Order: sequence, then C-alpha cells, then structure tokens
Amino acid sequence: MVSIFLILFVAALSYALSNFIEYKVVAFLLLVTVSLIAMFFDIIPVLLAACLSAIVWNYFFIPPRFTFAIQSAENVILFAMYFVIAMVNAVLTYKIREIEKKANKKIEKENTLKLYDTLLNSLSHELRTPISTIIGATDTLQEDNNKLSEANRSELISEISKASIRLNRQVGNLLNMSRLESGFLKPKNDWCDINELIHDIVSQLKDILQSKPVEISIKDNLPLFKLDHGLLEQVLHNLIYNAALYIPKYAVITVRATVNKEHKLIIIVEDTGEGFPENEIEHVFDKFYRLKNSNTGGTGLGLSIVKGFVEAMNGTIYLENGEEYGAKFTIVIPAEIAHLNDIKNEN
Amino acid sequence: MKISSEILVIDDEPQIRRLLSIALESNDYKVKETANAHEGLTAAANHPPDMILLDLGLPDDSGHNVLEKLREWYTKPIIILSVQSSEEDIVKALDNGANDYLVKPFRTGELLARIRSLLRSSSSESENPIISVENIQIDLSLRIVKRNGELVKLTVTEYNLLALLVKNEGKVLTHQFLLRSVWGPSYIDQSQYLRVFIAQLRKKIEDDPNRPSHIITESGIGYRFV
Repeated sequence: MVSIFLILFVAALSYALSNFIEYKVVAFLLLVTVSLIAMFFDIIPVLLAACLSAIVWNYFFIPPRFTFAIQSAENVILFAMYFVIAMVNAVLTYKIREIEKKANKKIEKENTLKLYDTLLNSLSHELRTPISTIIGATDTLQEDNNKLSEANRSELISEISKASIRLNRQVGNLLNMSRLESGFLKPKNDWCDINELIHDIVSQLKDILQSKPVEISIKDNLPLFKLDHGLLEQVLHNLIYNAALYIPKYAVITVRATVNKEHKLIIIVEDTGEGFPENEIEHVFDKFYRLKNSNTGGTGLGLSIVKGFVEAMNGTIYLENGEEYGAKFTIVIPAEIAHLNDIKNEN
Repeated sequence: MKISSEILVIDDEPQIRRLLSIALESNDYKVKETANAHEGLTAAANHPPDMILLDLGLPDDSGHNVLEKLREWYTKPIIILSVQSSEEDIVKALDNGANDYLVKPFRTGELLARIRSLLRSSSSESENPIISVENIQIDLSLRIVKRNGELVKLTVTEYNLLALLVKNEGKVLTHQFLLRSVWGPSYIDQSQYLRVFIAQLRKKIEDDPNRPSHIITESGIGYRFV
C-alpha cells in the first residue's frame, strides 16, 4: 500500500513539474523511488511498485501522453530498458537485504554461543570447586583409619559445610538469572519497611562481613514503600555481598535510604574500597562480565541480577566511583508510599 | 525424662529421609519414615505420632491435600518442608493448619529448635496467664507487659498484637492471620498497619529494635515471637 502510494506521489510530483523537466528525467526519479522502496519493503510490494512505476511512466510521460501507445522506436527501447532496470533493481536490492539479515543472524548466533561458552566456563569452575571440596573431604573422612587428627577432621567437615553453602548460593543465582531471562518476572508488591529490610540483610550477611563494618543511615520517618520485598532484598543482598567480597579489609560499607521529592525510594550502597576501573564501569552490569584483574571466584551474575531486578521494579541503578575512593551504587525506585504518622493516628 | 516423642517423616527423597532420621534419632526422638502421601496417611492413622514432618512435593499427591486430610482429625504439630522460593505455598500451608515450616536446604539446628518449641507448646497447654520470655513478662489476665521488671506502655492494638504473638510463641503467624485477628477481616490486605505496629512494638520491647531478638520477621510470610 505504502509503496504504491509513494510511486503515485512521486509521479504526481513529476507530473506537476512536467513542464520543466523532460520525461527521461522522470524515469530516473521513479527508479530512485523504486530503489528506496526496495530497501524497506518485502519483495512483492517492491515488484508491484516497479511495474506500477513503468506503467505510470508510460501512460503519463512518454509522448504521446495519456495513452499506452509509444510512437518512436527510441522510446520503445527506453521503456523496455526502464522496465527491466526497475525489476532488476528491485530484486537486487531485496537480495542484498536478505544476505544482510543472514549475516546478522549469524553474528547473533555467535554471540549466544559465546555467552554459553562463558556460562559453561564460569559454571564449571564455580560449581566444580565446591563439589570437588565436598567429594574430596568426604573421601578423606570415609577412608580415615583413625589417622586424622581431631582438628583436621573438624576442618574437613567445616569445608564441606562452606562448600555446600557456596553451591546453594550459586544455584540461587542461576535460578534468579533464569527467572529474569524467562521474561515473566512480575513484581509482587506489598508494603515494605525499608529500615527492617536493610538491617535484616546486614544481619544475614554477618558471617561474610566479619571485620567489615556496615554503616546504615536511614532517613527518620522514612515512609513504607509498596514494592516487591523479595526482589529488593536480593538486589541489596548482592550489592552488599559483592562489596564485602572485593573491598580490602577494614574498608567501610555504607547503606543509605531516603525518599526524594517525587516520592521515589533512593538507596545508595557505597564503600571505601578501591572502586571500579573507570573504563570498565559501563560493563559491570553485563552478564558474566568480570573485572579484568579480579582473582576471586564469581560467575559475574551478581550485578547483572541486580540490574535486572531493579529494572523489573521500574527502577534505575547506576554506578560511579566516589570522589576520593570507593564505589557508589545508586538505586532509584518509584513506588507508592504510606506515611507512618497517618497510620499511627488512626489507632 | 518421659518416653521419647515419635515423629513421622513424609518425604519422597531417600537422602533427606536418612538425614532427618539420623539427626532426630541422635537427639532421642523416635522416627518413622514414609515415602509418599498414601504411606504417610496410613502410618499417621495406624499409629498417631507426636509430630509430623511433611514435604510439600510428594509424588502421588500434593502435600497441601495431605495436610488438609491430616487436619481433619490430627491435632498435634505438623511442620512443612518445602523447596526454596515458594512463599505462596508456605503461606497457604500455614493457613491450612501447618504449625511451622522449613525451607530446604535447612540447618539441622534450626529444625531441632522448631521441633522442641512445638512439642513444648503442645504438651503444656498451660493455664498460667503469665508468660515470661527472657526479660519480657506478659500477664494475659491483667493485660500488663513488663520489660526488665518495668511496665511497658502499649496501646490497645499494640497489646492485642503482642498478646497474639506471645500466645503462639515460637510459631510463625502469617500476615493475613495477624491482620484478620487484630484488625478484622476487612483489613487482610492492609499490611501497612502490621508493618507500622510491628516497628512500634519493637521500639518498646526490643533491646535493639533494628536487631530484634523477640519479634522475628519471616520474610514474605509473617512474624514469629521467640
């Protein structure tokens, strides 16, 4: 439809100008239009447009005008040539597009393969390490002919325990990732006490945090927010866990929560560690991305889950380095709010 | 000490059953293992145990159905075992009469603590109107709450909420149950009230309201008084 309309439009334009331009020039104008159409439309409308342009050109422009008859032999050849060129032009342009599409698909496929490759690599490392620990430790314990010292025995058992907790965390990450990938992640919103949530996460992580103090600063009388506590909990859990993993000993993690003028929830997680290399900041939320010089384990899933979950809640997250040191994550989430004082007064 | 309590385990995973048996038997409980809904229901009927551990994912029937069938006649504690991230399942089971829940993978210490707490409360249906938990004392007949021997001033709603939690010490109470019992049926979706009043109560009875040791949050499910 659009292609026919375009041809007619250009033809009408040329017709209006037919006093100033020769009919041979009109042929070129129509050809250009057909080529343009071929770049954007499917093969059938393109061929249709090519035929139509030939007919229009013949009827309206080739003398004698307003008949399909052509007088001079030169014009017959011209018309035949026009017809063929328009068709070939249309088909060729379409073919080029097809090839381009195929090339794109191939690149996409290669990217997916690369993704799977990274996934398999990091998985086999992240899952196999704890599994080897468990198998190794249980073997040693089972073969033991009372040669193991009590200290070694309990160390092996505590290694098994640590490895299982690590496995459990990785499986949780993978499940979250596939929840995100499936595209069916719908937040279940309920009233949420941010203060309670943050303190709860910090106390859950106390084993990992150990010597790393977490400062919590929450605006007085912060209202309740109606959002998915499970998603937000996972987001903050991953951010604080990540910070605890990568910052040097005795660096401080600070978590702030406040509400802005547009009633959006703002949560900032920052630390006094070394921060992120400036040139890698834009990649840290990418799936499976790991900092070039990082040596500790990790699947590179943690932060991509953070970003995915924040976006599932219609929020935004960005990362910057602090002025002097450390990294600073800022999360902004729009949500319905309820003021504590209104509720208390109803009692 | 009296005869050890009998616990019936209904779970289709042999590894989990073995693990539970070892953990429970080494703590002087008698254990009976069953692998599916049918076996479990039969075993419970033939020889009613003191407590049932019920897995929600059974091969022949849903754990929810088993729970409902059991609750038609069985009044002693039932603990639900469930896999991760199924808050709705857990809330449904609790509302259908389960006394408590554990999410796999769980820690054995946690399991034993829950079992002890439930067996204690089911054996001693005490007439005593005064309940003491660590530094907190609640006199249900006089409606008085004391912390470290000092009177705590509570509003009517705060008291009702606290009393309900304390009467069900150790047991997790769902958001909906608390809202319905304290505020009334039309409030079951108004969880903001619950959040605010829990925060208020914590300020009055907890040593550190941000690290509560009495009113424990069960994320996405409810609260528990310990």
